[in-house]
Amino acid sequence: MTSSQTIDFSSKETEVSGKDKPATSSVPLWQQEGAEPFLRIENITKKFGDFTAVDNISLNIYKNELFCLLGGSGSGKSTLLRMLAGFETPTSGRILIDGVDMAGVQPWDRPVNMMFQSYALFPHLTVADNIAFGLKREGVAKAEIKRRVQEMLDLVQLGHLGKRKPHQLSGGQRQRVALARSLIKRPKLLLLDEPLGALDKKLREETQFELINIQDELGVTFVVVTHDQEEAMTLASRIGVMNHGVIVQTDEPHDVYEYPNSRFVAEFIGSVNLFEGVVIEDEPDTVRIQSEEAGGVLYINHGISCAPHQVVHVAVRPEKIRLGHEQPEQKENCLHGRIMDFAYMGSLTVFKVRLDSGKEVRVTQPNFNREVGERFTWDDQVYLSWTEDSSVVLTS
Amino acid sequence: MSTTSRLPWIEESSSLMTKYNFIRRINWGRLSVVAVPMLWLGIFFFIPFLVVFKISLSETAIAVPPYTSLLEWDLEEAYINLKLNLGNYLYLFEDAFYLDAYLSSIKIAAVSTFFTLLVAFPIAYLIARTESSKRGVLLALVILPFWTSFLLRVYAWMGFLKKNGIVNEFLLGIGIIDQPLTLLQTDFAVYIGIVYTYLPFMVLPLYSALEKLDITLLEAAEDLGCRPAQSFFLITLPLALPGIVAGCLLVFIPAVGEFVIPALLGGSDTLMIGRVLWDEFFLNRDWPMASAVAIVMLIVLVLPIMLIRNGQGKEESI
Repeated sequence: MTSSQTIDFSSKETEVSGKDKPATSSVPLWQQEGAEPFLRIENITKKFGDFTAVDNISLNIYKNELFCLLGGSGSGKSTLLRMLAGFETPTSGRILIDGVDMAGVQPWDRPVNMMFQSYALFPHLTVADNIAFGLKREGVAKAEIKRRVQEMLDLVQLGHLGKRKPHQLSGGQRQRVALARSLIKRPKLLLLDEPLGALDKKLREETQFELINIQDELGVTFVVVTHDQEEAMTLASRIGVMNHGVIVQTDEPHDVYEYPNSRFVAEFIGSVNLFEGVVIEDEPDTVRIQSEEAGGVLYINHGISCAPHQVVHVAVRPEKIRLGHEQPEQKENCLHGRIMDFAYMGSLTVFKVRLDSGKEVRVTQPNFNREVGERFTWDDQVYLSWTEDSSVVLTS
Repeated sequence: MSTTSRLPWIEESSSLMTKYNFIRRINWGRLSVVAVPMLWLGIFFFIPFLVVFKISLSETAIAVPPYTSLLEWDLEEAYINLKLNLGNYLYLFEDAFYLDAYLSSIKIAAVSTFFTLLVAFPIAYLIARTESSKRGVLLALVILPFWTSFLLRVYAWMGFLKKNGIVNEFLLGIGIIDQPLTLLQTDFAVYIGIVYTYLPFMVLPLYSALEKLDITLLEAAEDLGCRPAQSFFLITLPLALPGIVAGCLLVFIPAVGEFVIPALLGGSDTLMIGRVLWDEFFLNRDWPMASAVAIVMLIVLVLPIMLIRNGQGKEESI
């Protein structure tokens, strides 16, 4: 028990947590060899009758991480979260939190708290009583409860609303109450089910950053479930992309976006142009691909492991493509087409270009000066090009 | 020229409009919808109530109808005499018999309401937690007894509870008792009758309250450290409270004035106000006294209920 100006979360982990994080060598735990994961998910499977909701997932999550499980509806992400909270029992596999096997441990005995998608605030209790609920069950002294509730209310900036009932709050305020309620027991692990889903866009952006700040301040490990890729990108230290009960890719947001490992991930996160093609030259760190769809040879400066003449896909993000009236000098990664349509979005303009092969390609151009958006118009013949390091070859 | 001459006309019409505005402000459509039930309540509830109240202030007489009229007048002597007899009400408080009857009715009604709640809550909870496709069938089963006459069902209980009835035969048969128990014509039989008869009135409001209860609230309570029993008392019960209050009122009010069940199942010492009323009316032919008993019962029942409803309304509006 040291200083009281911030909330004192069981002092052990202070050396890793909090504000000194950026200052230290900042190699994240998940990149360190032999680091002990805080949450271990080992070969977890959950079946509902014939339906396999979660299919043999293994995952390590480290202390102070903000891990996002990202997936569409029915991908099994919520089922996985509910198994961590103890509301569902795994059909097979093990969950270890801080080294303790959670098999047979009831929800009320787990060192885990959850923030529900619908917030699940108790409608008959005031905001303060909602937040105090968890502490009262532990038999904490009244004065202590009052102090910690006030601390929590201040943390989520609702200090003056303690006496209100949930239905008198706005959506954003309810979300904060739910967060405060789930944090007050100082859980080792906080589970958040679509925490920002019910908020409008503006509020969501604000709250995202607040959530990160709170997580940083308290040093709790967060596991967030979301279907919103933007939310995952801003919040997460790492993202696990889920599909059909399987985690398809686990990486930091930047890597998930720039180096997707499959067509599913590439298409699920952001928008992408995919060109089917055949490998014609496979050097250790370069690949050339002949693509009918693209109408030319695509050149990528990273190696892949594939058979010669294998059919692969080349993924290029719309914002990586340069648009021009004149033919650029490069021979490869250069396509020709006609502008079919465009949409001016303010900060950028989105173009739909039909290649000579007939394939439609999406290109976005930042409007870094006011006239850029007006340089291209319908039916313009244009050249599309990108550098060899901005595309990815996908074999699956 | 023509435009200026038109102005006074417009002014005049607008003043006319404000004059008759109150007629336009009445929402005739809404009024016509409300009017039908209001008329119904007026004709079949309020006017009869006034008639009963009038009778309660008169005296018995050997006449048809068997009470004196409140107004006496003589046109030649030119007097009108209004005579209000409060003696019936005073007598209610003087004779301990009536007070006992009220208290005993309230006790019997309260005890049976409590047991109805105990039986109905698990039923309502179960229905609210079944798949929505099967709920309809279960609810229909709860209401099904209403398809049989109420009297028949009470008579059926007589068949169950009498000396050589099914319950006694069964208990004798398996050897738990060797003398038949006196079950019929006891307060116990009255409790059974009331609980059985009024069960659906308790189940339905409880069901509608429990059905609205969000399961994730219970999960949230468990997540915050509640065992299931705790979360029942801290979450389920408080949130079902409006249903509990509604169900208890629906059972308690008619149970207080219940006549048929104590008459058929109760013993001669089962004192209930409904029976007192019947006796005053049909045995003593004391209509004014019977009316006074009825009016006081109404006040005794309506006042606390209005207080409860009022309190609830305030709480909801907060």
